[in-house]
Amino acid sequence: MNDKMSKKNSQPLSLHVPEPSGRPGDAPDFSHLKMDPAGVVERPEVGSTPYAMRDLAFRLIRVLDDEGQAVGPWNPRLDPETLRRGLKAMILTRAFDDRMHRAHRQGKTSFYMKCTGEEAIAVAQGMLLSREDMGFPTYRQQGLLIARGYPLVDMMNQIYSNAADPIKGRQLPIMYSAKDYGFFTISGNLGTQVPQAVGWAMASAYKGDDKIAISWIGDGATAEGDFHNALTFASVYRAPVILNVVNNQWAISSFMGIAGGLETTFASKAIGYGLPALRVDGNDFLAVWAATQWAEERARSNQGATVIELFTYRGAPHSTSDDPSRYRPGDEHDKWPLGDPLERLRQHLTVIGEWDDERHTAALKEAVEQVRAAGKEAEAIGTLGQSRPSVKTMFEEVYATEDWRLVEQRREVGV
Amino acid sequence: MSETFSQADRNDGVEPDMVDQNAAPASQASGAGVVPMNMIQALNSAIDVKMAEDANVLSFGEDAGYFGGVFRVTDKLQQKHGLTRSFDAPISECGIVAAAIGMGAYGLRPVVEIQFADYIYPAYDQIVSEAAKMRYRSGGQFTSPIVVRSPYGGGIFGGQTHSQSPESLFTHIAGLKVVIPSNPYDAKGLLTAAIEDDDPVVFFEPKRLYNGPFDGWHEKPVSPWKTQDLAQVPTAKYVEPIGKARVMREGNDVTILAYGTMVWVALAGAEHAGVDAEVIDLRTLVPLDIETIEASVKKTGRCVIVHEAPKTSGFGGELSALVQERCFYHLEAPVARVTGWDTPYPHAFEWEYFPGPQRVAYALNAVMSGGR
Repeated sequence: MNDKMSKKNSQPLSLHVPEPSGRPGDAPDFSHLKMDPAGVVERPEVGSTPYAMRDLAFRLIRVLDDEGQAVGPWNPRLDPETLRRGLKAMILTRAFDDRMHRAHRQGKTSFYMKCTGEEAIAVAQGMLLSREDMGFPTYRQQGLLIARGYPLVDMMNQIYSNAADPIKGRQLPIMYSAKDYGFFTISGNLGTQVPQAVGWAMASAYKGDDKIAISWIGDGATAEGDFHNALTFASVYRAPVILNVVNNQWAISSFMGIAGGLETTFASKAIGYGLPALRVDGNDFLAVWAATQWAEERARSNQGATVIELFTYRGAPHSTSDDPSRYRPGDEHDKWPLGDPLERLRQHLTVIGEWDDERHTAALKEAVEQVRAAGKEAEAIGTLGQSRPSVKTMFEEVYATEDWRLVEQRREVGV
Repeated sequence: MSETFSQADRNDGVEPDMVDQNAAPASQASGAGVVPMNMIQALNSAIDVKMAEDANVLSFGEDAGYFGGVFRVTDKLQQKHGLTRSFDAPISECGIVAAAIGMGAYGLRPVVEIQFADYIYPAYDQIVSEAAKMRYRSGGQFTSPIVVRSPYGGGIFGGQTHSQSPESLFTHIAGLKVVIPSNPYDAKGLLTAAIEDDDPVVFFEPKRLYNGPFDGWHEKPVSPWKTQDLAQVPTAKYVEPIGKARVMREGNDVTILAYGTMVWVALAGAEHAGVDAEVIDLRTLVPLDIETIEASVKKTGRCVIVHEAPKTSGFGGELSALVQERCFYHLEAPVARVTGWDTPYPHAFEWEYFPGPQRVAYALNAVMSGGR
């Protein structure tokens, strides 16, 4: 018997810890990324079995080529007006981010998170789906609210925790809640929203409704158990939900290899659950639109969930509390092979004769004006510490009705 | 896990014929009226009646569908109300509660089962960070009208992971309600209230009491529920209010605060000590019926708190602090706590761990003589 026999390895065991291709001071290196050219990835029928389309989890769906032409079977053939609305919403999202980032530097708020480089994702998906469909976002889908015309001033009021904050000064800046815009309340706890989205979709199916759910999670948070639970439930109950993984390469300072993204793709994780997977150029507005449309049709026709990996790059620091120059090459975003989502859609619109430099300059100016006007309005109500909701509201909505403890404690505060 | 428990249950002398496990739930077997039910049947009736009344009520959990639950609480609900209203869930406590939260946000009223309270921890993040805070953090835009049911408590040779009483992990969380019934009548009325409540409710069911009251005299034969008045349960809907305690025994010498199985142990302990104790079944820990507690302790001048959970940072600590804060000038002795020990729940030492009537009687006598 072997019970006392010790085993010898050919060499001592060693622990593998993945490392990114570049650190501060290194030249950015994306040579390990395999990128399909635009237009080459097939578009399966919406009813395809996950097994039959599993190769798509390792490909990259792209529509816009280097010349700005929309090519291939995934071209959603959007009308120019929709494209212009998308571009303007992305421009507005970036202008909003820039102003709020500055507002933090000026001490007007405690915290902010930009979505630079990822604007195409939330904007396209926010435009495509209905406000009746519930979105379960992370803290980096502000483009969804902006694309749906949520008042910028309300976003700012939330960021300033002022007297007009729709969620009454209770939440960290950017943790919006906007039910009427199909935007679920953001939680600081990563991953929790994904199985909740599945439950929401199960409820819609249970009621025989026609609404679907859509959720987002970052590459880093896919390592949370909630992601596994969500995929299991989505598969078991064929929930009408779109499960997005926004792979922006970075989870604060950890590169996506630490989340398991080097050994396989995040899209491929769907395969083991029997779910269809699409892997998409997240900086290509048209590809994001087309893939989401495919998943939407699948969900609405009772064929269940789809996982979409949106391959992109987190251009900005993780948050206003982060300094990426301490863990990645400073110019990595500039060298990102999939470019910038705004510039790529701008190029496409220009190539098809529906946009020009003059219109672009005007759109940028208009966005800045819009943000400035909202900023003036919000700041007139007050920035952080200058204005806030009544302290009484601190005790409200813990429960549907205040219990005796809260009444007593509120009186202790003197309100 | 269910096998482990069933084994323990049989070893502990719960007679299989006390409950006809194959009988239709009482609410379905009879028409309107009042019939004797055990706690399982009463809980089943609560869900059944709410499902019949409200299409937004649904029930799911591990083995909770076709099989009707390892304790039969959801027995025949699937057959009666359909596959999509009472169904089996993957072994994923986090997933079960998260799905319920999503459903609650949509507008449903899910009643989910965590097979044992000892296995609720994988769902803790969802309950604490999500369900509890949803109304607050969204400014009332989203709510979590969900019920998380879970068998809890010891006295059944369940060992470490089939005996725990984790209520204080939930009473500490703002936004949650915590309910623990001690008898079939309250079980149905409180579960009905929990389902109708617009806030998330953690509903712990003392599994030791499922088939009959248990007073902690473990060497004596166990009596069935049908001998108790509180097992006479209306088949129709009724609600017992959340936030109201029940005075189980009026007395003048000392107040005993208890809930779950310990209510019956407290009654037995008072009898054993020969002390005229007022026994209060708290029924809901959050919100707590402070008025009933305060009035009783001011009347008796003494207080003994009994729970199964370990002592340190247990709910008894909160109760003791509240009594001390509010009844200080009426107290004639230090507030005493009779609780589980600060150890994991052991298997072989069941009856040395479980706070039985003798320990309660000892505490009562000590309090009556002014000591501790």
